Amino acid sequence: MPTKKSSSTNSFKKKRSKVKWSNLYTFSCFRPPPQLNPSEFGQPGFTRVVFCNDSVKHKTKPYKYYGNNVTTTKYNVITFLPKSLFEQFRRVANLYFLLVAVLSVTSLAPFTPLSLIAPLVFVVGISMLKEGVEDWHRFVQDLEVNSRIVKVHIGNGVFVDRTWKLLRVGDVVKVNKNEYFPGDLLLLSSSYEDGVCYVETMNLDGETNLKIKRCLECTLGFDEDLKFDKFKGVVRCEDPNSSLYTFVGNLELNDDDEDQLDSSYPLSPSQFLLRDSKLQNTDYVYGVVIFTGSDTKVVRNSMKSPSKRSRIERKMDQVIYVLFFMLLLISLIASVGSVQYTDQDQTAKQWWYLELMKEKIDVSFDPNKPLASGFYQFLRALILYGYLIPISLYVSIEVVKFLQAMLINNDRHLFDEMSGKSVEARTSNLNEELGQVEMILTDKTGTLTCNQMEFRKCSIEGISYGGDANEIVRAASQRMNIDIESYRFNLDGDDSTPRDSVEMVEISSDQVNESRNRILDGEYDMKNVGGTGIKGFNFRDKRLMNKMWVHGSNVWDMMMFFRVMALCHTGIPVENEEQLGSHKLKYEAESPEEVTFLIAAQEFGFQFCRRTQSSVFVKEIDPSASEVEREYKLLNLLEFSSSRKRMSVIVRDEYGQIFLLCKGADNIIFDRLGDGGRTYQHATTMHLANYAEDGLRTMVFAYKKIEDFEYEEWNSSFSKAKATIGPERDELLENVSENIEKDLVLLGAVAVDDKLQDGVAECIDKLAQAGLKIWLLTGDKKETAVNIGFACSLLRHDMHLFHLSLSRDAESKNQIKAMKDDILNQIEASYQVITNEKTKDDPFAVVVDGKALEIALSNDIRDEFLQLAVNCASVICCRVSPKQKALITRLVKRYTGKMTLAIGDGANDVGMIQEADIGIGISGMEGMQAVMASDFSMPQFRFLERLLIVHGHWCYKRISKMILYFVYKNIVFGLTLFYYEIYSRFSGDVLYDGWYMVMFNLFLTSLPVISLGVLEQDVSSDVCLQFPALYQQGQKGIFFSWKRIIGWMGNGILTSLVISILNVYILSPSAFREGGQVVDIAHLGVITYTTIVWTVNCQIALIITHFTWIQHIFIWGSIFSWYIFLLFYGALPPAYSNREYKLLVEAVGPAPMCWIVVLLVVVISLLPYFIYMVIQRTFYPMDDHIIQEMKYGRKVVVDDEMWLREKQSSRKPTHIGFSARVDAKILYLKDQLHKKRMFIIKSITNSPIRRSITINTLENRD
Amino acid sequence: MNANAPSSSSGGAGSPDVNAPRRNSKRPKYSRFTQQELPACKPILTPKWVISAFMLVTVVFIPIGLVSLFASRDVVEIVDRYDNACIPPGTKSQKVQHIQDARSNKTCVRSLTVTKRMKQPIYVYYQLDNYYQNHRRYVKSRSDQQLRNRGDENDTSSCDPENEANGMSIVPCGLIAWSLFNDTFSFSTRNNSQLNVNKREISWKSDRDEKFGSDVFPKNFQNGSLIGGGRLNESIPLSQQEDLIVWMRTAALPTFRKLYGKIEVDIEEGETINVVLENRYNTYSFSGKKKLVLSTTSWLGGKNNFIGIAYLSVGGLCFLLASTFTIIYLVKPRHLGDPTYLSWNRNPGGH
Repeated sequence: MPTKKSSSTNSFKKKRSKVKWSNLYTFSCFRPPPQLNPSEFGQPGFTRVVFCNDSVKHKTKPYKYYGNNVTTTKYNVITFLPKSLFEQFRRVANLYFLLVAVLSVTSLAPFTPLSLIAPLVFVVGISMLKEGVEDWHRFVQDLEVNSRIVKVHIGNGVFVDRTWKLLRVGDVVKVNKNEYFPGDLLLLSSSYEDGVCYVETMNLDGETNLKIKRCLECTLGFDEDLKFDKFKGVVRCEDPNSSLYTFVGNLELNDDDEDQLDSSYPLSPSQFLLRDSKLQNTDYVYGVVIFTGSDTKVVRNSMKSPSKRSRIERKMDQVIYVLFFMLLLISLIASVGSVQYTDQDQTAKQWWYLELMKEKIDVSFDPNKPLASGFYQFLRALILYGYLIPISLYVSIEVVKFLQAMLINNDRHLFDEMSGKSVEARTSNLNEELGQVEMILTDKTGTLTCNQMEFRKCSIEGISYGGDANEIVRAASQRMNIDIESYRFNLDGDDSTPRDSVEMVEISSDQVNESRNRILDGEYDMKNVGGTGIKGFNFRDKRLMNKMWVHGSNVWDMMMFFRVMALCHTGIPVENEEQLGSHKLKYEAESPEEVTFLIAAQEFGFQFCRRTQSSVFVKEIDPSASEVEREYKLLNLLEFSSSRKRMSVIVRDEYGQIFLLCKGADNIIFDRLGDGGRTYQHATTMHLANYAEDGLRTMVFAYKKIEDFEYEEWNSSFSKAKATIGPERDELLENVSENIEKDLVLLGAVAVDDKLQDGVAECIDKLAQAGLKIWLLTGDKKETAVNIGFACSLLRHDMHLFHLSLSRDAESKNQIKAMKDDILNQIEASYQVITNEKTKDDPFAVVVDGKALEIALSNDIRDEFLQLAVNCASVICCRVSPKQKALITRLVKRYTGKMTLAIGDGANDVGMIQEADIGIGISGMEGMQAVMASDFSMPQFRFLERLLIVHGHWCYKRISKMILYFVYKNIVFGLTLFYYEIYSRFSGDVLYDGWYMVMFNLFLTSLPVISLGVLEQDVSSDVCLQFPALYQQGQKGIFFSWKRIIGWMGNGILTSLVISILNVYILSPSAFREGGQVVDIAHLGVITYTTIVWTVNCQIALIITHFTWIQHIFIWGSIFSWYIFLLFYGALPPAYSNREYKLLVEAVGPAPMCWIVVLLVVVISLLPYFIYMVIQRTFYPMDDHIIQEMKYGRKVVVDDEMWLREKQSSRKPTHIGFSARVDAKILYLKDQLHKKRMFIIKSITNSPIRRSITINTLENRD
Repeated sequence: MNANAPSSSSGGAGSPDVNAPRRNSKRPKYSRFTQQELPACKPILTPKWVISAFMLVTVVFIPIGLVSLFASRDVVEIVDRYDNACIPPGTKSQKVQHIQDARSNKTCVRSLTVTKRMKQPIYVYYQLDNYYQNHRRYVKSRSDQQLRNRGDENDTSSCDPENEANGMSIVPCGLIAWSLFNDTFSFSTRNNSQLNVNKREISWKSDRDEKFGSDVFPKNFQNGSLIGGGRLNESIPLSQQEDLIVWMRTAALPTFRKLYGKIEVDIEEGETINVVLENRYNTYSFSGKKKLVLSTTSWLGGKNNFIGIAYLSVGGLCFLLASTFTIIYLVKPRHLGDPTYLSWNRNPGGH
């Protein structure tokens, strides 16, 4: 059964073997083999022995384990050189350059070896330097982590601060609230009496809820510093492994002061605190370090970060292959030609002046061994025409990317005031990839949301509170006004009489203005009133605030509602130091929602103040009295579970009445309402729908009064169920709970906002308009994910939503098979829907559950699944594990072939970040794993917009243009060398001086191309943002398509031909000066070279569309510096300058011929490209051309409307995003408006004066 | 339930404050460069620019072309191929034999008709075709050091295969010098008055002054088993052996001229010039042509119609392009920033 499971294990196996290999690589295999102690715990795999509180024993073998020093660096001081050199010469191009450099030392070299070796050293040096610097950053980050401080017991009950890296196995540490665990710890005791502690494992699995860990009873006593004086114990446990959720071991403790280790206690994962998880809601814990550093589970889970190469670079490799082929070809031609001329005795004799037959024979011209000579010529040609493969391209790209990264790092728009952090390009390899992203895979918590809940709205007794017009409606009305403006513009363009249209517009815009003003007022209100200043409470409604609700009609239900809030939870109050005076409390609970409920209840006057084992105390506002503290006896607590989706408490109030208070998901609660309890159901349902569309998380409250006898009866069966031991216990409990949780009375609903980070909605909106698809991958549960989907407009109310889910876990293979069929059916059914009614207006979305995903991603049906997913406007995957995230990323990347970007903040996103083409880590949170694994880090999600749409777009264009130009320029130069070969009987003579060759790529053409790569902008950043459609140029890859590459190569070949042929024909054989002198090699060389310098520099001036003074200086300065160079070179004594002595001053400079040749050749060389440019601009302008023209082309922006309109229509039609929803709303509003107007028109058609206008209006409308 | 909380929780609350002062320092500093806001000109290729660019080329190129053509027209050039005429007819090997035979009579008389008045100075060139002075083996085979300094006369390592003869260094060494062109020409007019050929200052001044030493004399030259080309007067320093200096400036292409001398009198139209030449140089083995060229010069150099024509054609082409585009812009104008050309307007929805 090639089921899902097998496939996934396969892939995991692969990964695991990779990990092992990497161990090998880092020489961890030389670790001392764990000592086996057969008498003890130690089977193989369970050999670890930890002497608690006695870390000295771990200083020596056999108990010496790894220290707590964690390194993520690739190299160290010793391995840096060999390893990074190896990395460098894995590039084929570099190997070629190395070969050439070696050859250049031999006698074959056409020019000085230095000119070949120096650039290679430079390239490799720069790349290595970059590697080094990046590794240095990693090292610094490691250092930061390694030097975090933790309190360690040093004996006699004294705890001192020590850095993490000095921590050893066996140390007893004390970790305070909100601190990370420095290693994998065994929990000994906590600040709570029962030895529990709450742990947040977001860095490990992305789950934000707190997990409870519990210490062993035997260690409970060690809860003070001083008691650790006598603590001794031995832990025997499993060897280090990567499984996060298992731990096997036992603890042997010497009970009294004797030296005997008597008792042995089994340990389980619930005593095990993992490194990089965080202590919360607990003041401190004590623990023993079991695993340190690279032995810890989290480090073992981390993957080696793969080195990524951008697509352009990979394509560039292919271009290099083409060039290499070209190089081989012309080298072959040259060597064959050379053989031809050296070959026969006859030929050799003919050319007597070469004395080829003389005994002392040059190996490259030996008529006796023509083939050998040919081979030498071939090698020589390989070196000589090496200019086709520009080594300096690699240098320049490195330099440019470094500078680009610097610009990204320094962009003030990418700086977050709140965190004081900025977007950071951690590797500069992938800058241009940012401009080609098509798919974004994003994490939810911490990435889209701030992981902070806010109480937003509630519906009590069918009345909604705290509701103002939502943003969609507000934006819709605002946009309507703009729409009308552009509408007017449209009409002006038509032939209709302007007066009518104005009239018509006035009618509608009046209405809109009115509504807009109202909204603006509302906004103003919000700014004044809004922001209650209480974290987790963003609610304002005068009817409920400041105890105004007591004046309402049905106070009893109101009070019950608030009581559910204040009583039905598992939270505890903590003291709020900041507001001690106001007697307000802070709460801590398992889920953040409960905290917001408690805060809200407190604001409404129901302050939950104390909890004991059996009672809950609430300070209530009584409608009559002011404030009373009431005690509620907590009789039962029916816990929340994901299958029950509700939670209830049964309490007895001070009057002895028993209530069941229940909160839960709407459909669950509605199913359990009694006949008398459905009074508000209709209204509440409507409100719930509204809330849900706003992306709020909703919960319904209900209650029930229970008679004593009824309770007694139920309680006995409940107790019985509770007492049951065995697998059926849970089911029994559930059934019993079911019995009491019925006939409920609906009170209302609350809506909680999982607060989005700043600007997330706008950002997603812009990204969607730019044609990016966004997939949400979250470990959270489905409801939450869907809520967030709505909140950030990935989902819409009118969307066709497919849910793929499984009801049960797979147990047997048959079941897996059945499930697979089930999922396949679901997928196919959904796909049918899409294909059947696929129209542009029908948006689809798919929501996949983690378990279903596991099946859906198995080998045989994943194509179907991905096909469905790709066709949906948005995809939401919930309950996915970190590994699944990585798997999805990989599959999407492979299946669609699209550029993927993964963004996340936690350690659980690391796999995804590493797997995606570009990984982005959110640096706002404290955990650094995601950032460490990422290629870019940013403090907030919203910076993605600017990073992609502005910097990505620019970088993509810059790099593309730069590479193309580079290819062009080197073809021009390289081929002129080859053509000269034809004129010199393929003897391998070089037209240019050796220094010219060095100068060409090093000085004369390097700076302009670097300025192109760093500073080029087709349009300014604000225009990029206004026209997200420009981004699609990158997605389609039009700037580095083969068409362009071939085109530029062709241009290069053409230019080289023009330059060579014209120079040869014009300058020879007649005199080139009035003095009758004719050109020799030096003259022809220098003039040809001058034309090349002029041509390639003027060519780049044609490419550049954005001239700052820098480009001007570089381009014209390059040309100028060529003359300066000639001047200096010619001024050197002849011993150094050889043929070039006084060349410019004496021969070339004073000859008018030389100058007019340069002018002619440059113009003719550039003419083809210029004509191409003109034709393209005139007949086939691209978007950026038009937008440039619109923006900069006219002196006065004649019609702003056009600008605005195009801005609108440049957006890619999308079904997701804020604006798309606004558009939908506008349609709806327009419809409403139309109806209204029809009504008005009908009513005024009776008045004869108006008749004419209205008829016109009607016509216009249609 | 919660015991001693305060000590630990205060530590947690204090941490954000630590970050506060760091904030502003991390904010990227503003500079126009780093914010990519440098003032820039963004030239846009508007029809106006296109037409002006083409017109500019036209306006600049046509005059230059005309001037060049006129200059070239004024140049009088007489080319006379004499290699075949100055040797008894026969097969190639016979020709080679003849030219290599030291005793054969190599004197040859040619008469040239001047078609147009030639103003002095009239430059005398010899032109060789199919002669690869730019062959790498040939080009390398010289020692600049030796030519420059008397002391370096044994510095002949780069002169292979002509570095020494009879165990002594050759000055000047190398293939180039060894293969020195040695045909000679003397000119007289119809009325037998001798036309003096001035052979001074036919080389570059820098060569004479600094590359060929005034104290370096030919030595052991053409003493080897094989005699290449011309011999040198061993009493004249190299700096004055201008034929050698000219010859040592290797030509870039297989067809090249080299200056032989200057005739410093005007020659009237219709005049016939008698040339007595010694046809010694062997081009017969590789079928190279030899030509005698008499040419005046203009400011542009010798006769060169090509550049004028090239300028005129480019100028004409640009004029044609300018008018074509003018017509196109008039007939089918595309307004600047015409939004209908935007991709989303061209194929709506398709994107």
